[in-house]
Amino acid sequence: MLVSIYRYNPEIDAKPIMQDIEVEIPEGKDLMVLDVLNLAKEKDPTIVYRRSCREGVCGSDGMNINGQNGLGCITPLSEAVKPGKKLVLRPLPGLPVIRDLVVDMSIFYKQFEKVKPWLMNDTPAPAIERLQSQEDRAKLDGLYECILCACCSTACPSFWWNPDKFIGPAGLLQAYRFLADTRDTAAVERLAGLDDPFSVFRCRGIMNCVSVCPKGLNPTRAIGHIRTMLVAEGT
Amino acid sequence: MVTNATSLSSSGVSDWLIQRFSAVILAVYTFVVLGAFIIKPDMDYNTWSTLFNSNPMRLFSLITIFALCGHAWIGLWTITTDYLNVHHVGGLATFSRLTVQALCALITVTYLFWGIQIFWGS
Repeated sequence: MLVSIYRYNPEIDAKPIMQDIEVEIPEGKDLMVLDVLNLAKEKDPTIVYRRSCREGVCGSDGMNINGQNGLGCITPLSEAVKPGKKLVLRPLPGLPVIRDLVVDMSIFYKQFEKVKPWLMNDTPAPAIERLQSQEDRAKLDGLYECILCACCSTACPSFWWNPDKFIGPAGLLQAYRFLADTRDTAAVERLAGLDDPFSVFRCRGIMNCVSVCPKGLNPTRAIGHIRTMLVAEGT
Repeated sequence: MVTNATSLSSSGVSDWLIQRFSAVILAVYTFVVLGAFIIKPDMDYNTWSTLFNSNPMRLFSLITIFALCGHAWIGLWTITTDYLNVHHVGGLATFSRLTVQALCALITVTYLFWGIQIFWGS
């Protein structure tokens, strides 16, 4: 199988190139994209990429696979590429490339930090723990599972255009995770920090984030809930 | 919180609500005008003139002109801040964005007063 990999070392190369490498795929096996990348690296050890858990938990190997963002370790070849076609691997779009498939995620983390992704509660702490009903806990399902792989935010044109101002789907999913948490008492303060024309309202609802999320989460729905809360608070 | 001096209201919620309410007004106005053509397929200048000179239609048109200008400004402002920033035009970002925004504002205000003049002028 032919694998085309984005190669770029900003310290040496004037511009990026796509390097084609022929990889032998074992007969009858549906390898994951990361496995194919590992085979390519055996042929050319200078290829650079991030990976760790190889089971879709750490979020390290987010990359653009044949035009669609995803995690290499849980994307099977059969899903990523049509039979007989080339596998094309590029870095996540919209972020500065450090080298090959490794991107600088500083701005992504900065936006995540903006939403204060921790529980804020100004009431005295109980002796053991803050209890929550099962119904209230269920409100966090579909929100807390985010692994911060950045597949969603880097698939979002609003994030490409304004990465320094628009928080992006990943950050906003986490913003709603704490807004929806009944143990958090800082909703008004959190909403005040989001009521500007960029942080939330740059979302145009195109749902790229939903279609690429490797965990099957729905940031667009969470953004809709934040918008509803902002309208309720501001009118 | 990201501050911005040139957005219509400087508030994300306000801009969002204005854009949605104005869209509804524009849609209703479009249906009313289209409806007039459907009810009177042989529309001539006199019928057209009578319709738009009636007080309810003049008021509705005035509201629609304001809705159109507000809607257009929010949309154009969004486009300028999406595409005329450092990621696209580098060092020319502020100059080009402000120039285009100023032109858009001038054209919008011109249309606003021109529209008022057409419907409410002597």
